[in-house]
Amino acid sequence: MPGITREEVAHLARLARLELKPEELEHFAGQLDDIIGAVARVSEVADQDVPPTSHPLPLTNVMRPDEVRPSLTPEQALSGAPAQEQQRFKVPQILGEE
Amino acid sequence: MSDPIIKLTAAEIAAKIASGELTAVEVTEAHLARIEAVDEKVHAFLHVDREGALAQARAVDEKRERGEKLGPLAGVPLALKDIFTTEGVPTTVGSKILEGWIPPYDATVTKKLKAADVVILGKTNMDEFAMGSSTENSAYGPTGNPWDLTRIPGGSGGGSSAALAAFQAPLAIGTDTGGSIRQPAAVTGTVGVKPTYGGVSRYGMVAFSSSLDQGGPCARTVLDAALLHEVIAGHDPMDSTSIDAPVPAVVEAARNGSVEGMRVGVVKQFRGEGYQAGVIQRFDESVELLKELGAEIVELDCPSFDLALSAYYLIAPSECSSNLARFDGLRYGLRTGDDGGHSAEEVTSLTREAGFGPEVKRRIMLGTYALSSGYYDAYYGSAQKVRTLITRDFEKAFEQVDVIVSPTTPTTAFPIGERADDPMAMYLADLCTIPTNLAGNAAMSLPCGLAPEDNLPVGLQIIAPAMKDDRLYKVGAAVEAAFVEKWGHPLLEEAPSL
Amino acid sequence: MTTTTDLVSYEDALASYDPVMGLEVHVELGTKTKMFCGCSTALGADPNTQTCPVCLGLPGALPVVNATGVESAVKIGLALNCEIAEWCRFARKNYFYPDMPKNFQTSQYDEPIAFNGYLDVQLEDGETFRVEIERAHMEEDTGKSTHVGGATGRIHGASHSLLDYNRAGIPLIEIVTKPIVGAGERAPEVARAYVRELRELIRALGVSEARMEMGQMRCDVNLSLMPKGADKFGTRSETKNVNSLRSVERAARFEIQRHAAVLSGGGTIVQETRHFHEDTGSTTSGRVKEEAEDYRYFPEPDLVPVAPSREWVEEIRAGLPELPLVRRNRLREEWGVSGTDMQAILNAGALEPIVATIEAGADAASARKWWMGELARSANESGKALDELAITPAQVARVTELVAKGDLNDKLARQVIEGVLAGEGTPDEVVDKRGLKVVSDEGALTAAVEEAIAGNPAIADKIRGGKVAAAGALVGAVMKATRGQADAARVKELILQKLGVEEG
Ligand SMILES: [Mg+2]
Ligand SMILES: [Zn+2]
Repeated sequence: MPGITREEVAHLARLARLELKPEELEHFAGQLDDIIGAVARVSEVADQDVPPTSHPLPLTNVMRPDEVRPSLTPEQALSGAPAQEQQRFKVPQILGEE
Repeated sequence: MSDPIIKLTAAEIAAKIASGELTAVEVTEAHLARIEAVDEKVHAFLHVDREGALAQARAVDEKRERGEKLGPLAGVPLALKDIFTTEGVPTTVGSKILEGWIPPYDATVTKKLKAADVVILGKTNMDEFAMGSSTENSAYGPTGNPWDLTRIPGGSGGGSSAALAAFQAPLAIGTDTGGSIRQPAAVTGTVGVKPTYGGVSRYGMVAFSSSLDQGGPCARTVLDAALLHEVIAGHDPMDSTSIDAPVPAVVEAARNGSVEGMRVGVVKQFRGEGYQAGVIQRFDESVELLKELGAEIVELDCPSFDLALSAYYLIAPSECSSNLARFDGLRYGLRTGDDGGHSAEEVTSLTREAGFGPEVKRRIMLGTYALSSGYYDAYYGSAQKVRTLITRDFEKAFEQVDVIVSPTTPTTAFPIGERADDPMAMYLADLCTIPTNLAGNAAMSLPCGLAPEDNLPVGLQIIAPAMKDDRLYKVGAAVEAAFVEKWGHPLLEEAPSL
Repeated sequence: MTTTTDLVSYEDALASYDPVMGLEVHVELGTKTKMFCGCSTALGADPNTQTCPVCLGLPGALPVVNATGVESAVKIGLALNCEIAEWCRFARKNYFYPDMPKNFQTSQYDEPIAFNGYLDVQLEDGETFRVEIERAHMEEDTGKSTHVGGATGRIHGASHSLLDYNRAGIPLIEIVTKPIVGAGERAPEVARAYVRELRELIRALGVSEARMEMGQMRCDVNLSLMPKGADKFGTRSETKNVNSLRSVERAARFEIQRHAAVLSGGGTIVQETRHFHEDTGSTTSGRVKEEAEDYRYFPEPDLVPVAPSREWVEEIRAGLPELPLVRRNRLREEWGVSGTDMQAILNAGALEPIVATIEAGADAASARKWWMGELARSANESGKALDELAITPAQVARVTELVAKGDLNDKLARQVIEGVLAGEGTPDEVVDKRGLKVVSDEGALTAAVEEAIAGNPAIADKIRGGKVAAAGALVGAVMKATRGQADAARVKELILQKLGVEEG
């Protein structure tokens, strides 16, 4: 059924923010195709009137009271930052929406 | 020959420390020395926290000197899978993308271990982000199986099980998303338990597939596993999926092993093509043994199990594609391409490309595909329905039996490299373990002998209903005792000395 | 912005097209802690001091739902006449953005906690318009980025950006209307009135201060046109983050004119994000994305479903305060004012001061008179809002009390208020300091009246002759002589009495 194209793989890579190399695109196209082909059997049950399970345990309404807990110190928060400035995470120029 | 301390079980070590026969520092030093001696060959550890371990051990000895009461595992060394955050100690999850990351907080499991005075020797190797069944996907190189260093120790928690089998630690912690505790236990001749989902807190356990991941104990004996289970289990308000109920009495069950009068299920779907003859042989003998011990064997049909692997390879990648989105090179971990010429967006893509290994990328891509518009219903949606069917099959089964048994893995440990670029072949290693993760119930693997054709360990899987983890230990302890009696010694005695 | 946009006149646009609007409002809740962790939400903290593993998205961290956040969502849902879900889940909305630590937003997708409601809003002329509500759902806010190195702190031209995650994870409720049709030329006014009504509602519920200028309430305006008489919606534009009531109205108006120009020129509208510019009142196109966004929503596995029990929902319903529109209608009736007058009161921001003044003991008419008269004027002159004036409702009430007792007349009362506003003290202190007291000493008044009659014999004669209206001039003379401190009514009585004329 599937037949995943190189273009589709490239699209997925953009969605997933992976700068895949050309040879990887090729390689993954084949492998994803195989895997999807093998697991597509699950759609046999697509029409069945069965509720989907998102959580293995039937828990509901797990909540916490609205009470302040100690935060990390800014030093701790920034301890792993590849770059920082003015107690903020420093990142390259953001292209996104203005 | 090696120090006899390292051959002791956790229960024995704890007793000797409590009585003053051994100090925690002596025990820790013996294990650190063993790691020093053999880990170059085994490569079970990614990080050994020598100073931290000795400091913890000293604190235990001081406590004892002051006459304070010690916990049941006080002073016992442990190898922690490098998926749990440890404040001040590197946590990499086997990935380049987190190389050098030092978490500012402890996982709940880490906290509980420290509170119980369990001595954390270091962090163990694993398949990157727990994705794999061989530990070959670690960015830091593979781990060898102490039974045969050219073979895989299972995965993703191969480091933890290898550390046990190589006598580098009597206890270890693993995580099990599709079998990553049980399959390594099976192929290394050790014991591993995947508790009921929600039984052990996931807070601070780096997520692979949130609805499947479960941390659990690894050990060389059923009792040791139970003692560790009791330390790490219990409700955690920091984990919304944590069970708010008393922990099943696992230690008591492990001390009172018995299958007398129990109904034990054997599922039709857990055999057939792809199963190694020696594995089936040892499994069938185990079933015979259970009968001899007084169990009633019931044949079961669970047709939906045939779809479990497929459902798993849609659900786990889907959840991981989202869970791993946070690794973007902006707040922690690796950053690649920040040379002034690239935008934040580009740096994120370059970092992820450089930081993730092929299996992780493959699963991210697969999950991105399964969740994308137009495919969601056919793939992710259907997989969730399969999940319901599997849960129902288990429910029906557990109306007829108390526990289910099966081989843990279809084959014994395969050679390193054999399945490296054949994902589908690799995925088959988890055939028997995956249904449990999808349904959320509890399971254990323990050794049931060596396969005649390759003299490598075979694992017996015991599956119990959710929140009945104690049954695993009750049955496991009985089987273990019978086997040890039959063999005349624990199975690991037969492992080659390193 | 150098791009110019073709527009047609608003009237022409409406002559040919019917606007269809959709409004999406995000409200930051005023909870003490974030939606999924215990970090404080207090404003003004130093950067990254209110973060933890959870809201920083550190590996291994897990969310736990804030119970007050859920309760607030239910309150809002009920106040918007929504149904409350018996069972609903959170979902992950997957997209990469540096402001968002996990690179997915924990939100709700096809199972919102509240759905199918409506909000009645009142337009300038008192007419009511019903806005149907599609849904209200829970989600979390993002962090804040500062762009460094560019000319104006904008993304464009910046060399790098700095991220502060204090705001990341603050609870948001997103409220989405159904398509608003049939508003015609009043669509922009409806948009404004809706956002205002929603703001009042949120405040009345006590779940947020909903201050738009602080970003606590943000509005996206989706707009499309369809040819008059058509029933198929056109392609919409989405104008993001319109952050004042006035801007909401202007953005809708601008988009109507822009769409009409494109459509009547034979063009097609592209579905896109647009940005509103306060300075020019116009919108410009956002970055065009190469491919459609695919958020890959799926149920959040780290959070369990929320299933509000019916008992709990009814408990919350029973505890809801009187809602703004209901209250306004009640007050309008109690005060006996017209719809237009009430609207004027609202527009002046005088509703709450008047209510407070009445609560402090004043009668409704006097409270209204002062706030809408003297005080509104003063606020206007000083460019302040009514509630920023240096006088409290209790002080206004005291002034009306002094007037009612006859201690002050209107003219003196105005001077007292002027004194209070000038910082001279309480009304009583101003009265004392300035010596403002109605002269009620009959002897002194009589003497002043006699003096006035003696000094104006011609007028006195006219009055004797029956021209009672001429008495005003003598009253004025007496008032002048007493420096305004006499009770004008009593003065008139005395004059007529002295001149032997019966009134009326
Ligand atoms: Mg939203
Ligand atoms: Zn936080």
